[in-house]
Amino acid sequence: MASLQTLIAKPWIWSFLGALLVWLATVAFTGGYGGGGMITAALSLAVFTVIVGVGQMFVITLGPGNVDLSLPANIGLASAVAMKVMDGNDSMIVVGLLAALACGMAVGAANYLLIWALRIPPIIATLSASFIIQSIDISYGRGLQIKPPPGFADFTNWQILGVPVLAILTVLFTIGAAIALQRMIYGRSVLAIGQNIRAAWLAGVNVGRIRFLTYTLSGMLGGLDGALLAGYFRGANVDIGNEYLLASIAVVVIGGTSVAGGKANVPGVWGAALFLVLLLTMLNTFGVSAGVRLLLTGLIIVGVITVAGGQKALR
Amino acid sequence: MTAAAIENQLKGASTRNAAARARLLRSLLPALSLALVLLAIAWLNPRAISYFGFSLMLNLAIPIALATIAQMFVIAGNELDLSIGTFVGFVGCVTATWLKDAPLLGIVVLAGSIGVYALLGALIHMRNLPSIVVTLGMSFVWQGLAILILPKPGGKAPDWLLSLMAFKPPFIPFPIIAALLIAVVVHFGLMRTSYGVILRGSGGNAAALKRAGWSLLKTKIVLFALTGLFGVLSGMALIGITTSADANIGNGYTLLAIAGVILGGGEFVGGRVSPIGAVLGALTLALAASPLLTFMHIPPDWQVAANGAILIIVLAARVLISRRER
Repeated sequence: MASLQTLIAKPWIWSFLGALLVWLATVAFTGGYGGGGMITAALSLAVFTVIVGVGQMFVITLGPGNVDLSLPANIGLASAVAMKVMDGNDSMIVVGLLAALACGMAVGAANYLLIWALRIPPIIATLSASFIIQSIDISYGRGLQIKPPPGFADFTNWQILGVPVLAILTVLFTIGAAIALQRMIYGRSVLAIGQNIRAAWLAGVNVGRIRFLTYTLSGMLGGLDGALLAGYFRGANVDIGNEYLLASIAVVVIGGTSVAGGKANVPGVWGAALFLVLLLTMLNTFGVSAGVRLLLTGLIIVGVITVAGGQKALR
Repeated sequence: MTAAAIENQLKGASTRNAAARARLLRSLLPALSLALVLLAIAWLNPRAISYFGFSLMLNLAIPIALATIAQMFVIAGNELDLSIGTFVGFVGCVTATWLKDAPLLGIVVLAGSIGVYALLGALIHMRNLPSIVVTLGMSFVWQGLAILILPKPGGKAPDWLLSLMAFKPPFIPFPIIAALLIAVVVHFGLMRTSYGVILRGSGGNAAALKRAGWSLLKTKIVLFALTGLFGVLSGMALIGITTSADANIGNGYTLLAIAGVILGGGEFVGGRVSPIGAVLGALTLALAASPLLTFMHIPPDWQVAANGAILIIVLAARVLISRRER
C-alpha cells in the first residue's frame, strides 16, 4: 500500500492515467478493435512531442518568463535543411541530421544572444527570432519537393514487434535527460536558477552560461525534431512544426513541471505526450469534425490546466 | 559653498537633464519609428504620400490597432493572450454570418464571447494559472468554433458595417482618424481615469493594491473583458474591410498584436503600457509589413521577417537609450 501511495504522490502519474483512460475509452468505442495498433501509432507520434517537450521543459524550468516560442519556426527550417542536405541520398543521412542539429543550435544560440544583448524577456526574443526564422524558411524551402532518403524514411518508421524503434531511442534519450536534470551539474544548475536566480548566482552558478546552454539545447532538439518529422512524414514543410508550439508547452505543464520554474519532471512529458496524441486519436475515432476536434482539444487542455493549476504564473 | 560642492551640484543637474532627455527620447521612440518608416516610403514612392495612398496602405491598420489595444490590456495586467488572433477570426465568422442574418443572435454571441474572456480572467486569477497556457488552449477553442460556424470561407459583412468602414471623410483618410480616435479614447480611459490607474497598478504592484483594499479578481476580470471587447471590435472592423470571412483570417494577429504593444513602448511586466504607443506600433507594423517592402521590391516572403527585424531594431534602440537613462 505504501508503494501505491508514493506512486500516487508522483506528479507524473496523472498524465499516464489520463492517457490510459483515453485509450480505454477509444478501445471500448471500437469494441476492442485496433487497441494495439493505436498504441504503436501513439508511440510513433508522441516521440516528436517528447523531443521538443524535453527542450521546452529545460527552458521553462529556468524560471518565470522563460519559454521558447521559436520552436515551430525552428522545426520548419530544420526540416527543410535536413531534406536539402540529404537530397534523397542514403549516404548523406548523417550529414543531413548534423546539419539540422547545427541549424537548430544556431537558432537557439541566436535566441539567447537576443535575450542577453537586448535584455528583453525570452518570450519577445524568441518571438522576434521566430518571425525571422519563418521568413528564412519560406524563402529557403519554397517549393521544396525533396523526399527523404529511403533509408531515413524507413528508419523513422521502423518497428520491432509493434514498438517503434524511434520511441525506444527516445525513451533512452529521456532517461539521459532525467539523469542530466537530477544528477549532473548542468541540470542541478538549471533547477537552481529556476528556484532563485540570484541565489544561484551567489552560489557560484554561471547563470549566463547555463541559460545559453539551455536555449541552445532547446534549439538543437527542435532541429532534430524537424529532421525526424520530415523523415516520418516524407517531406519538409513550412508548417510542419506549427502544432508543436502548444504541444511542447502543454506536455511540460500537464506532465507536472512547474511553470514557475525550478521543478521539472521528465516522465510526465512522456505521459502528457501520449495523452495528447491518444486524445486526438480518440476524437478521430469518434468521427468528430475538425471544428469539434479543435474545440474539444482546447477545452480539455484548459480543463487539465485548471485542475492541475494552483501554481505561480509563468510570467 | 565650496567650489567642489557647486561642481557636484552642476554635475547632478546635468545627469538629471541627461536622464530626462533619455526618458523623453524613449517615449518618442514609437513615433520616431513610425516617422522613419513613413520617410522611407515617401523617399521610395512619393506618390504614396497622398489621401488615396494612405487609405490604401493603412487599409488593414484599424483591425490591427484594435487587436493591439486588446493585447495591451492583458499585458497591462502582466498576462499574455495567445488566443487573440483566433478570437478575431471567430468574431469575424460570427460577424459575417449571424450578425448579418440574425442580428440579435449575433449580438448575444459576441457579448457572450466577451463574457467568456471575463470568466477566463477570473479563472486565471482564482486558480493562479499561467495565462500563456490557458490562452494557448483557448486559441484552439476559438478556431474550432470559427470552423464550426463557417466551414468554408464566405459569408458577408452586414451592410451598416460595410458602409462604416468605407467611410471617406474629407482631407484625412479614415484609418488615420480611426487610429487617432482609438488612441485618444483608450489613453483617457486607461491613463487618465482613477480606475485606469488601479488597472495598471494591478500589473505594477499587485501586492500593494491588494493591501490597499482593491480586488485583484475584479481588475483581472475587467482587463480580460476589455481585451475581449477590443477583440470583438477588431474582428468586426476586419470583416467590414474584407467583406467576407474565413476561419483562419485572424491567425496572424496574435503575434502582430504582441509586437505592436512592445513596439509602442509597452513592457512585459510592471503594468507599463502606452495606448498611444500601441496604436503607433500597430501602424508601424502595418506600414512596414507590406507597403514598404513592396516599394523596396522585397518579395512578400520576407514580410514576417521585416516585423521581427523592426522589433529587434526598436528594442536595441531602447536598450541604448535606457543605458543613458541610468
